[in-house]
Amino acid sequence: MKKTLSNIWQITKKDLLEFSRDHIRLMTFIIMPIFMMILTGFIFPSQSSLKNVPIGIADLDKKETSQKIIDAIQEISMSDSYRAFNIKMYKDIETIKEGIKKQDINGGLVIPTDFSSNILSNQQTTLIIVEDQSSPQISGLITQVFEKLIDNFSQQLSIQKVETILVAYNQTRSPKISPRAIVQPLLSKIEGLIPGNPNYFEFVAPGIMAQIVMTAVLTGLAASVSREKEQGTLDGILISPISRLAIILGKALSQSIRGLVQGIIVMLLVVFIFNVTIHGNLLLVILLLLLGIFSFVGLGILVSAFTSEQETATQLLFMFQFPMLFLSGVFFPIQQMPEFMQKISHLIPLTYAVEALRKVMVLGAGIADVKSELIILLAFGTITLSISVPLFRKMITR
Amino acid sequence: MENIIEVKNLTKKFRDFIAVDSISFNVKKGEILGFLGPNGAGKSTTIRMLTTLTRPTSGTAIINGFDIIKSPAEVRKHIGLVAEKIILYDHLTANENLQFFGRLFNLSKELIKERSDKWIRRLNMEEWGDKQVGIFSTGMKQRINIIRALLTEPDILFLDEPTLGLDPHTSRLIRDFITELNEKGITMVLTTHDMHEAEILSDRVAIIDQGKIIALDSADNLKKTIKGISNPTLEDVFLALTGKEVRDFTKKYTSSHRGHWRGPKITRVR
Repeated sequence: MKKTLSNIWQITKKDLLEFSRDHIRLMTFIIMPIFMMILTGFIFPSQSSLKNVPIGIADLDKKETSQKIIDAIQEISMSDSYRAFNIKMYKDIETIKEGIKKQDINGGLVIPTDFSSNILSNQQTTLIIVEDQSSPQISGLITQVFEKLIDNFSQQLSIQKVETILVAYNQTRSPKISPRAIVQPLLSKIEGLIPGNPNYFEFVAPGIMAQIVMTAVLTGLAASVSREKEQGTLDGILISPISRLAIILGKALSQSIRGLVQGIIVMLLVVFIFNVTIHGNLLLVILLLLLGIFSFVGLGILVSAFTSEQETATQLLFMFQFPMLFLSGVFFPIQQMPEFMQKISHLIPLTYAVEALRKVMVLGAGIADVKSELIILLAFGTITLSISVPLFRKMITR
Repeated sequence: MENIIEVKNLTKKFRDFIAVDSISFNVKKGEILGFLGPNGAGKSTTIRMLTTLTRPTSGTAIINGFDIIKSPAEVRKHIGLVAEKIILYDHLTANENLQFFGRLFNLSKELIKERSDKWIRRLNMEEWGDKQVGIFSTGMKQRINIIRALLTEPDILFLDEPTLGLDPHTSRLIRDFITELNEKGITMVLTTHDMHEAEILSDRVAIIDQGKIIALDSADNLKKTIKGISNPTLEDVFLALTGKEVRDFTKKYTSSHRGHWRGPKITRVR
């Protein structure tokens, strides 16, 4: 037992030493997670991405009330000091559509000619929101903002009107009726588990951590074994009296250490550069990363047992990794997927690692809250390992 | 003399291709057995089976009293291997490589150091011990590679084309070293395509072709079997026994598919 452990460590130490001498591999090892984080962090759209978005307004009414709407739009800012919109005035809906076609603007609003007169004469008015269908994400955001704004305006107007009616109806009645309560009898309030509003970044960070750790173990292990097969150095190890188990576990350990280090690099980046707060226990996060690694080691060994060339191994794994990335909910919530895809998602251990990490990091969940994920990851690892280790032993001396 | 290796009906099939076809032979303690044969004849597969790296389809071998199938771990303690591919890590220094492989055999650091220093000096590599192997020439790598195989002071050393691609100086150095080790009592199984090398080093020569041993005797005795050529060389013996066609692993497939395909004749240079 003690001998096996020391043999495992000899293999691990050698692998890590070899790795640390390879400057190119070392560089990609550190730079890759940084790239991943920066790209996913900045490319995906969020509310704060509305910055100086050009929009067109056609004010056909040109009265005081319509100017108020324009001013309000002008004032909107999502974050920092940036204005959300950069307003350009157009003369009618046709010119706005032309503007969108040329991509001068990403959306527009038409205030009709009878806008203020309708308000005065208590008639309904329709404001037209022109959407830019070429970029659904941005136009979705613009539409949302416009609708909210028009809603607010409409409420304010009705409050004023109700107030006038109330005055005429009965002023002495007590307790006094609030016009606001008549216009909007129901209110909603959002209460989260943690203070503040989590952004997309907080959603994606745990996923990326889990994914990077998985890639490191899966590709790293298979590549490392097949590289040694290819170069012939594996024969040098196989000819020594150490057990096959020690060889594969030593290799798995060195890859796990690398995976964990990469996971921690991502975590540090997330915390210090992208200002994500980790709400749960840090040790639990690391335990989850370790279990995520454990759940993939078996698969890594399986692939390395069957492939004799490094290139085959990497290609084979890439084929699985790419769909896995999307199916496991790293970038998009699984709940959005069609049902049969959700079923596939639940066959992938990464899904559970991502879910559990998200619960702990974003919602501050404790170990009891992620119990089922822990058990599934543990079971997945144990099953794949118990299949792959004997197979590896058999395949290695064909 | 006592047999240190006894091979009994050793066979290896890869799907329907028979790489080694029920071969039996013995290696005497302290001898150098030259193992000759055309490419794809089954030399390397035989060595891989004897060194426990490949599992035989049937048959077995007893090495130093241990069965290669029943107790491979024991066999491994008594053998050293210099394979076709150099077993060293490019990113580690020569000494780190030697320490790593030595430690796998549970030798103490001091013992590994003592043994490797001795042979590094013998093979003129003193200045290179702490340099990464990646910068070495093939000849330098092969010298360290041989030291690696010797760390355990094995009783038997398997050498698969140890001088392949080396310059004449290094080849000579390595041949002298092989003789020296043999004089100290190490039994060797040596494959080579260099007939001259086989002749000067081997006590006996085995010629293997299409997975079968077709001759096994001392070089002198083998030469006596050749009639019609005055002063025949080992090369003459080899060509007479294996035929003069180029025979390769791939060609076997080609010939079986195309019926009567015949390879180009070798022009013999004397």
